[in-house]
Amino acid sequence: MVGIVGYGAYVPRMRVKVAEIARVWGKDGGRIGEGLGINEKAVASFDEDSCTFAVEASRTAVKCAGINPQEIGALFVGSESKPYAVKPTATMVAEALGATPNLTAADLEFACKAGTAGVQACMGMVSSGMIKYGLAVGSDTAQGRPNDALEYSAGGGGAALLIGKEKTIAEIDATYSFTTDTPDFWRRQHAEFPRHAGRFTAEPAYFKHVLSAAKGLFERTGTEPKDYDYAVFHQPNGKFPLRAAKTLGFEEKKIKQGLITPFIGNTYSAAAMIGLSSVLDVAKPGQKILVVSYGSGAGSDAFKLTVTNEIEKTGRRPCVPVLKAIEDKTYIDYSAYIKHRRKIKSL
Amino acid sequence: MKNATPLIWRNSADRYNLLGSHCATCGTDYFPERVVCPKCRRKGKIEPKQMPPEGKIYSFTQVHAAPTGFEHETPYYIAIIELANGVKVLTQLVDSPDEKIKIGATARMCFRRVFEEGDEGIIAYGFKFKVV
Repeated sequence: MVGIVGYGAYVPRMRVKVAEIARVWGKDGGRIGEGLGINEKAVASFDEDSCTFAVEASRTAVKCAGINPQEIGALFVGSESKPYAVKPTATMVAEALGATPNLTAADLEFACKAGTAGVQACMGMVSSGMIKYGLAVGSDTAQGRPNDALEYSAGGGGAALLIGKEKTIAEIDATYSFTTDTPDFWRRQHAEFPRHAGRFTAEPAYFKHVLSAAKGLFERTGTEPKDYDYAVFHQPNGKFPLRAAKTLGFEEKKIKQGLITPFIGNTYSAAAMIGLSSVLDVAKPGQKILVVSYGSGAGSDAFKLTVTNEIEKTGRRPCVPVLKAIEDKTYIDYSAYIKHRRKIKSL
Repeated sequence: MKNATPLIWRNSADRYNLLGSHCATCGTDYFPERVVCPKCRRKGKIEPKQMPPEGKIYSFTQVHAAPTGFEHETPYYIAIIELANGVKVLTQLVDSPDEKIKIGATARMCFRRVFEEGDEGIIAYGFKFKVV
């Protein structure tokens, strides 16, 4: 059965605290941090972008899979912060992996869920026999407009899932998507920063799609929350996924392992995939995982996964687990943050 | 740098993956790649070879007066890394706290932006190293 053959996550080293951003704008950092459920966010350095994140995560995924990169038949990079408006990130990632030239590659965009859309595309191509392996990457250096609510949460990171049929560490038993036209968050052509619809981003956007996708998957697979050992939801902040889990009937302990946003911020296309990577770091054979991504615009992809015995074999997990890797960090102040994120006009 | 696109493109294989050369006649590795083995000359047989992604700091310095395109990154470190196969590579050091940057420290290759042709030009990606 089609499943995950290798996975990798990458989070940049620098962090800026929510309290530090609030200090600059004369706001109450404690209250904002509490409200968002975020303490600090990961910041890409001057020489990093969604392409460099994608390469780092993909190299880890391919290494853990132990495959020849030339066997990758499709590579999709999901991002809403592409370094080029026109020129695929996917070709640069493919070249850096040594996967060129016999493959198809493309960039996908669906706000925060383009990475999981790539997983579904790879599943279809692998299942049909078109390709042996497909690599789906979610990677973002999310930007928030200075003094906007998003500035406190928009972080950076990348994650890659190698999809195949052989030696899978987790089988993907089922997937279901729920999609509507919902204008909760957008960025127009040539606009530097995205805009959002404030509170409108919760009920008719995040919760409607995440809950509907999860319930749709439960119906189609005849499962319920108690059948799952872990659940990972898209995590635009630290609060939404907790509320989604509670509404569906998941105990909090089942989502703690995959809830990374409080420590690194919202990594957009990478968020649910980094959460899943953290769960795969500890999951035992036979355990079941629910993953529900969410992308504004809007839609959710839900997946049911079953971990296999392969995961316990030497080298199938990255050397450093996600929760350990994010401990390697350096704090910067707001001035350094706007320098590295090129928010100063002359940069 | 103006119209660096051909240069960036020609160098992308070695910059992305530390792709160098190996002489099958004498067994010497080279980086960057070579067309002729200086030891074997006509008897040499050069073939492409990926260099090991890890090595030790052979020497380093901190740059305060940067060349064009790197002015906003100062102060930053550059280092000569002696790779596991003995080949030496000149590179920028990133994500490495000052106290960890020492001669002999182990450093590993990472993938970063190296330079870009202004706001609208090509972005050159490639290897840099970080102390582990």
